[in-house]
Amino acid sequence: MTSNTLKSVFWSGFRDGSPFILVAVPFALLFGVISIDAGLDLVETMTMSALVVAGAAQFTAISLMLDHAPTFIVLLTALAVNLRLAMYSAALVPHLGKTPFWLRALMAYFMVDQAFAVAFKKFEEQPAMSQAHKIAYYFGCLTPIVPLWYVFSYVGAVAGQKIPAELSLDFAIPICFIALTAPMMRSLPHFVAALVSVAATLALIWVPYNLGLIIAAILAMIAGAQVELWLKRRAAHD
Amino acid sequence: MIDKTTLWIVIVGLGIGTYLIRLSFLGLIGGRELPEWVLRHLRYTAVAVMPGLIAPLIMWPSATGGHTDPARLVAAVAAFAIGMWRKSVVGAVLGGMITLYAVQYLLT
Repeated sequence: MTSNTLKSVFWSGFRDGSPFILVAVPFALLFGVISIDAGLDLVETMTMSALVVAGAAQFTAISLMLDHAPTFIVLLTALAVNLRLAMYSAALVPHLGKTPFWLRALMAYFMVDQAFAVAFKKFEEQPAMSQAHKIAYYFGCLTPIVPLWYVFSYVGAVAGQKIPAELSLDFAIPICFIALTAPMMRSLPHFVAALVSVAATLALIWVPYNLGLIIAAILAMIAGAQVELWLKRRAAHD
Repeated sequence: MIDKTTLWIVIVGLGIGTYLIRLSFLGLIGGRELPEWVLRHLRYTAVAVMPGLIAPLIMWPSATGGHTDPARLVAAVAAFAIGMWRKSVVGAVLGGMITLYAVQYLLT
């Protein structure tokens, strides 16, 4: 295998990942703006974006901290949002599990939703790809996305310092979450899980330490899984 | 205001925790496969947490002293509808905020 073909595989990953720039850039901008609005400074905002590299969890953490939730609950809830990454991690094992540890450690740091989705789809379609090609493709997918995450978190944070308070930006956090969640309603189980999540959180709002949210999330996951099973059983009957 | 000690604990804790989740199977557990029922639940983690997180913020916004605000409710519905229909994060954010300003303007 020549380095030339490795390079072309990298660039084909880069091309396939590029459309998601349109998702990463505005999301990073919004995080920067909201983070500054919540009282974080530039260093804190950038440290968070660089260490966590997971927008939804970062929004969750900031929102709960503004709500003065206990530190433990903030961590637990934000990490729960990121549990989906464990699923990605497991899904990549059959394809990348035999690479040297330092590479796997590096690939883990850069594991973001869009790059994972693109790379995993490719690996499933072309299981015969060599290990080296899979690695090159994976890094290709994330190269147009992750660096822009840092850059536009910074741009958003700098811009956020100049946005006046009269713009009702308090509501930007819920709106961002809605914007993120709405496109996730891909199937009936997703929709039911979201509904249960909303209904149960509102019903359990009296539970102390924001624990109602955790209970609601567990109920919602069970609801989603059960609806999925039910749909499968129904399809099997037809 | 967010307490600075809390903030740094959360930044570092969330960073390390998230990294360990990412590394979990790929780095440490290796070839073992997750049972199907675990995968089935993990699929819904994000949609199970995020809607619940925002529901109280929309129903009882702190900016209006916890009173339900029609402008914010309408804006939330608009953002959700645009997000589902256009599958666009930016579209939903802009649509939601514009709706909020429009309804606030009409109601005052």
